[in-house]
Amino acid sequence: MQAFGMTVNDLSVAYGDRTAVKNVSLDFAPKQVTALIGPSGCGKSTFLRSLNRMNDLIAGCTVTGEIWIRDQNINSPETDVVSLRQRIGMVWQRPNPFHKSIYENIAFGPRYHGTKNKKQLDEIVEESLRKAALWDETKDRLHNSALALSGGQQQRLCIARSIAVKPDIILMDEPASALDPVSTAKIEELIAELKQDYCIVIVTHNMHQAARVSDKTAFFLSGEVVEYDLTPTIFTNPQRRETNDYITGRFG
Amino acid sequence: MKAKTVDKIATSVIIAIAALIVLVLAGLLGYILVRGLGHVSFHFLTSAPETIRKGGGIGPQLFNSIFLLVLTMIITIPIGLGAGIYMSEYAPSNKLTNAIRLVVEVLSSVPSIIVGLFGLLVLVNLFGFGFSLFSGALALTVFNLPLMVRITEQGLKGVPREQKEASLALGLSKWKTITSVMLPIAMPVILTGTILAAGRVFGEAAALLFTAGMSSPRLDFSDWNPLSPFSPLNPFRPAETLAVHIWKINSEGLAPDAGEIAAGASAVLVITVLLFNFAARWLGRYMYRKFTAIK
Ligand SMILES: Nc1ncnc2c1ncn2[C@@H]1O[C@H](COP(=O)(O)OP(=O)(O)OP(=O)(O)O)[C@@H](O)[C@H]1O
Ligand SMILES: [Mg+2]
Repeated sequence: MQAFGMTVNDLSVAYGDRTAVKNVSLDFAPKQVTALIGPSGCGKSTFLRSLNRMNDLIAGCTVTGEIWIRDQNINSPETDVVSLRQRIGMVWQRPNPFHKSIYENIAFGPRYHGTKNKKQLDEIVEESLRKAALWDETKDRLHNSALALSGGQQQRLCIARSIAVKPDIILMDEPASALDPVSTAKIEELIAELKQDYCIVIVTHNMHQAARVSDKTAFFLSGEVVEYDLTPTIFTNPQRRETNDYITGRFG
Repeated sequence: MKAKTVDKIATSVIIAIAALIVLVLAGLLGYILVRGLGHVSFHFLTSAPETIRKGGGIGPQLFNSIFLLVLTMIITIPIGLGAGIYMSEYAPSNKLTNAIRLVVEVLSSVPSIIVGLFGLLVLVNLFGFGFSLFSGALALTVFNLPLMVRITEQGLKGVPREQKEASLALGLSKWKTITSVMLPIAMPVILTGTILAAGRVFGEAAALLFTAGMSSPRLDFSDWNPLSPFSPLNPFRPAETLAVHIWKINSEGLAPDAGEIAAGASAVLVITVLLFNFAARWLGRYMYRKFTAIK
């Protein structure tokens, strides 16, 4: 499988006339995990949601700048947003499985995108669940409601759901912050696993998590990227004082 | 006064008011049922009314009410769902759509006798539909449709945003997202609302006096060709519904047992509307559990 990254050029986002993200330029490499950290309200989610044009849904939200995947600027008005989103998976803070069976949660996307064959769908479901380390726990109850799963299992199901449509990039907005430590560890393992195939961008408030799972880290403050570097550098030898203050817990 | 005392007084006042309302309601229902139930029998429910003799039934009226309800729902459900989906998911939020919303609100609260007169002028006379089930169904649509639109809109607005976003993030189209993810979640709300609206249609009289009419032809229940004039299924025949029938025999009934017939018919009407309400609650809860749970 060929891997793709994403390049963000001078991206700004405003809600009405209030700017939430200012002139952010970042480069997300394929097969790497990039962590976005920063105090609450600094625009991490806003930035992340711009990357798959989810902010299009919010009235009054304007996104300017360029977002390049392969050789396409996906932020241009000509982009077919619907098909673009297939290439960018998303995982939310609170698990949000569809009110359907476990099987349907995963088969739903691929079937819409043209896989009608039952056997092929079965394979996609199994493969996605295996990748999300959920197969063993669910293989005997694929047709039960997904809402009967535990929170951690639901979150892994959501990850399985997003990889079932074969995206290039996966965006995660605090994917483990609503989960217990054991489930969190599982999600982190999963991220390390998925990294081999995908470009992953993850927002997190947990410094240890950022340090554990990511290759690069971007520190956001008031809508701007203050510092962007290799994760070890950010956590051991930050160049900017604000970064140091934040990671040592002096504010935020 | 201490906060605790104030709290106690407020609570007892609220309980007293609630109890009063329940009492009035129970009294009303009890009165109608006690007076009417004794008269309800299979014969009463299925036979035709008598004009001057004793022992008439309400068969055709009951049939008319149900048939009119079905007709109204056939008109309102598709249009209401469509308009509700449009208002909730597609309509931009601007002056025009706000104006439409206002009109919809006003429309659903127009007194039904006015709707009836409007139906008489426009549907019955101007468009020449005459006193017919079809005119009646259209008149009922005038206040049922806004309700349907609002119910759909509310149902869809109640769907968690993350559900919608999750579907869009998989690269599904908006329409597919609405039909396959959002509508199933909104369905309990929409269905409950629809049944409650149906209950209101079933009990409506004023809007039908001058549209569906106050009389029925001699129905031939063996003729199911919707085009023949005496067929029960003909939508262009006049049709007196149960509620209209009650009103009519109460005001000008000649049969010696008119009082009892009115009481019996009222009991049937009340029970049916109650059944609608219970069905709505039961179905809403059942579907909610089915869609969210834990089977
Ligand atoms: N839908 C919206 N409409 C208007 N303003 C918004 C909206 N969503 C976010 N904002 C504003 O944009 C700014 C950035 O919010 P955002 O949610 O991106 O922050 P965040 O970094 O993700 O915070 P947290 O860590 O708490 O999740 C905040 O000031 C917030 O109030
Ligand atoms: Mg956030």
